Amino acid sequence: MFATKAAADNLAAAQPVKGRSLWADARARFLRNKAAVAGLIVLFLVTLFALLGPLIAPWNNEDIDWNVLGNVAEAGRPSLETGHWFGTDALGRDLFARTVQGTQISLMVGIVGALISVIVGTLYGAVAGYFGGRADAVMMRAVDVLMSIPYMFVLILLLVVFGRSMLMLFIGIGLVSWLDMARIARGQTLSLRSKEYVEAAIATGVKPFTIILRHIVPNLLGVVIVYATLLVPSMIIYESFISFLGLGVQEPLTSWGALINDGAAEMNNGTYWMLGFPLFFFVITLFGFFFVGDGLRDALDPKDR
Amino acid sequence: MALLDVKDLRVSFDTPDGEVHAVNGMTLSLDRGESLAIVGESGSGKTQLAFAILGLLARNGHATGSVRFDGTEILNLPEPKLNKIRANEISMIFQDPMTSLNPFMRVGDQMAEVLMLHHGTSKSKALSESAQMLDAVRIPDARSRLRMYPHEFSGGMRQRIMVAMSLLCRPKLLIADEPTTALDVTVQNQIMQLMADIQRDFDTALILITHDLAIVAGACARTLVMYGGQVMEMGRTDDLFEAPSHPYTLGLLKAVPRLDVPQETLETIPGDPPDLTQLPDGCPFSPRCPLAFEPCADRMPALEPFGEGRFRACHANREDLE
Amino acid sequence: MSDVLLEADNVSVTFDIQRPGAWPWTPPDKLQAVKQASIQLESGKTLGLVGESGSGKSTLARAIVGTVPISSGTVLWRGQDWSAASPAERRNHGRHVQMVFQDPLAALNPRMNVGEIVAEPLITHFPDLPKAKVREKVGAMMERVGLLPTLVNRYPHEFSGGQCQRIGIARALITEPELVICDEPVSALDVSVQAQVVNLLKGLQRDMGLTLMFIAHDLSVVRHISDRIAVMYLGRIVEIADAAEVIGNPCHPYTRALIASVPIPSPKAERARHRPVLQGELPSPLAPPSGCVFRTRCPIARDSCAAQVPEFELISGDHRVACPYHAEAGLARAE
Repeated sequence: MFATKAAADNLAAAQPVKGRSLWADARARFLRNKAAVAGLIVLFLVTLFALLGPLIAPWNNEDIDWNVLGNVAEAGRPSLETGHWFGTDALGRDLFARTVQGTQISLMVGIVGALISVIVGTLYGAVAGYFGGRADAVMMRAVDVLMSIPYMFVLILLLVVFGRSMLMLFIGIGLVSWLDMARIARGQTLSLRSKEYVEAAIATGVKPFTIILRHIVPNLLGVVIVYATLLVPSMIIYESFISFLGLGVQEPLTSWGALINDGAAEMNNGTYWMLGFPLFFFVITLFGFFFVGDGLRDALDPKDR
Repeated sequence: MALLDVKDLRVSFDTPDGEVHAVNGMTLSLDRGESLAIVGESGSGKTQLAFAILGLLARNGHATGSVRFDGTEILNLPEPKLNKIRANEISMIFQDPMTSLNPFMRVGDQMAEVLMLHHGTSKSKALSESAQMLDAVRIPDARSRLRMYPHEFSGGMRQRIMVAMSLLCRPKLLIADEPTTALDVTVQNQIMQLMADIQRDFDTALILITHDLAIVAGACARTLVMYGGQVMEMGRTDDLFEAPSHPYTLGLLKAVPRLDVPQETLETIPGDPPDLTQLPDGCPFSPRCPLAFEPCADRMPALEPFGEGRFRACHANREDLE
Repeated sequence: MSDVLLEADNVSVTFDIQRPGAWPWTPPDKLQAVKQASIQLESGKTLGLVGESGSGKSTLARAIVGTVPISSGTVLWRGQDWSAASPAERRNHGRHVQMVFQDPLAALNPRMNVGEIVAEPLITHFPDLPKAKVREKVGAMMERVGLLPTLVNRYPHEFSGGQCQRIGIARALITEPELVICDEPVSALDVSVQAQVVNLLKGLQRDMGLTLMFIAHDLSVVRHISDRIAVMYLGRIVEIADAAEVIGNPCHPYTRALIASVPIPSPKAERARHRPVLQGELPSPLAPPSGCVFRTRCPIARDSCAAQVPEFELISGDHRVACPYHAEAGLARAE
């Protein structure tokens, strides 16, 4: 809007003026949002915890501390002296190491699920919406069919039939996570398609897939990113739920859901740390993602406020 | 006593890019039943002037100065009092009627609601008054149209509905912000004629905000030309068109494509609208002005009266124009 | 007869409108957006296309570009039938035919900077062009449309409406097309900026030998840039002639109404002319009036107009009118 002044300033220098993209605008707005920045810092710290935790943990997540076994409620308390900073679990394994390891798995599940959803869902939805007509009808009916399947049941069945493994878990989550995203992306694409800049590209003779990648997808990303940040926690919750049922990751590996499950089982024995520490990380991460998601939505769609 | 008296009104907005000075010391007055056109390019602050009068500024905007309506100060009044004034005394029509019509409500219900809310009229009476008003803005078959939804009308019809709606409470002042910009010339012509008729029949004062000098000619008794949030010149429409006293007015007039006289090429005002974050110290138009000379960039010329009820703010001699 | 670059012969465009709530297998309603329109674009000249919104002028333009399918008729490009081209051939044609759009900001992808936007047609049609060359061409084109080449890294939202339209024009001209179709390029702009854009287009046409098709709802703007003017109403071309002839000797009552609707920036002249304002609105194209489609709003309509579709007759030189009573229309004007 106010390019004239800047233009005049730069006339002498004849150096290309640095433009301020919508992304840069959004970043500035995001950084002004205190809750969102706090959420981002929390997520950063949790990630750091997951990555660097193994380096500083005095114990291994698989090793049983035979000294505390049998008297976990007393000797397994969180303590700096024994090196069990978060205490131990019911089997005498170091809870710090296990929480670090569980964080890795849960974050990975969340992020892989969200990535699949972003990549597959966005492209699928954009293609369906862009081509419209029969292609759209067929593609979206396929999504409807997949959506109507009780996926939790299917996932449990998969895990039971093919055995519990990380791969199975990712496949299961990947199968369902992109469906909602495809619908969202398709809806947005339908409105983007009628924009004049898309028409300009069509009239120029740009190939359909280039149009989708160059004009549709970048303008979808705002919505997609916001939805993805909200999808990560829901993926983490799915995984936790499956692990809670005892079908998730396999021992000795663990995840937040499994840890919380174990901790909850031991609650009656007065070992609250077993529940408390994993739950704490679980909760702050979810809050972190929610705040970041909110912040992104406000930053990317300033008009909607 | 004037109906509307604006004195030294200033409007600015806090934005990440700095302070945007939209209106910079506007003074104007309007009598009962009078019509005034405010003309300027986009970015001249004409819409924000109207918003400031009505107390509709965005949250990051502030207004200083004085706006007296019917003898009472209304600038920066608390919201409930402003609502009363906006309901009964001053109405506004926008460029896009769809922004002010609820797409999920029947037109009749929306119109009746206004009367029921502000005047406590009964529903059936409100509906029949609405029908009369639709009749007044020459919407054929008004009774049955009450039951239709906004999207069932064409752009021109919607603008008529907006006019009808804004007149329901018999306001003393009607502000129309670019009411015809989104419309075809043929429909623009119809709406402009309607506005003129309505203004006469209802004895309403009218402020017409537009970027197109041409449509002002037949519509308003007085015209005010605005640039960079300031008055460039003001006077009776006839005089102003006959002998524009400001280079900006002259530029706007010459840029109008005409069919009634032969024009070899269209004249233009070179350059772009001003950057409202960094207005020059002097006359805001000076960077684009063909007559700009020494004092123009440093000192804003005062708005001085001349002739019969005319004002101009320009350092250049009037004889140098044309 | 100078050489004809593009000829649309009896082009009709029909849209299927699915009635809301109907079963998917019920046949859709047919909306005839353009009916048997014939126009010729002469090389290096400008054809103005005028009509109200809903008159089908934008649809006709898109049918010519090929983004809207033609239901009957042919589009000939240098004598070759173009309507039968494959999608790939048609895309290739984009190099020769470009468009400029009405809403300057909406026509620019907000996520791309100006340099990328202007370069897009170039890299689409000349993918092997080295980057430095592309940059050089983009810079030169920006300068040509009156923008500083140093602004290439800026984004559309940082420009005013007039500047955005210049960017749109730069994008349209970067491949040095032969035909540029301008779809209401100035309707969304301030009057003062309209003049800038019109003059820019005229200058570019002169320098580059462009053929232009200029669409608008306002005859006064069209007059300034056109050699010939076609007037459209409800999908039909109702009058076509040289620009001066259309303005000086309008024969169709609709053309006369359009001319009368143009506001005159002179209070005295405004008061003096009695205004035969065109009453009413465009009828629904789903159910057009029988016979002459303009008869529902026509000041000189009579019973026979409902019965017979008027012939598009040649009345003088190359002035065609679709009104059998055009002589009376002229008389009514003279009174």
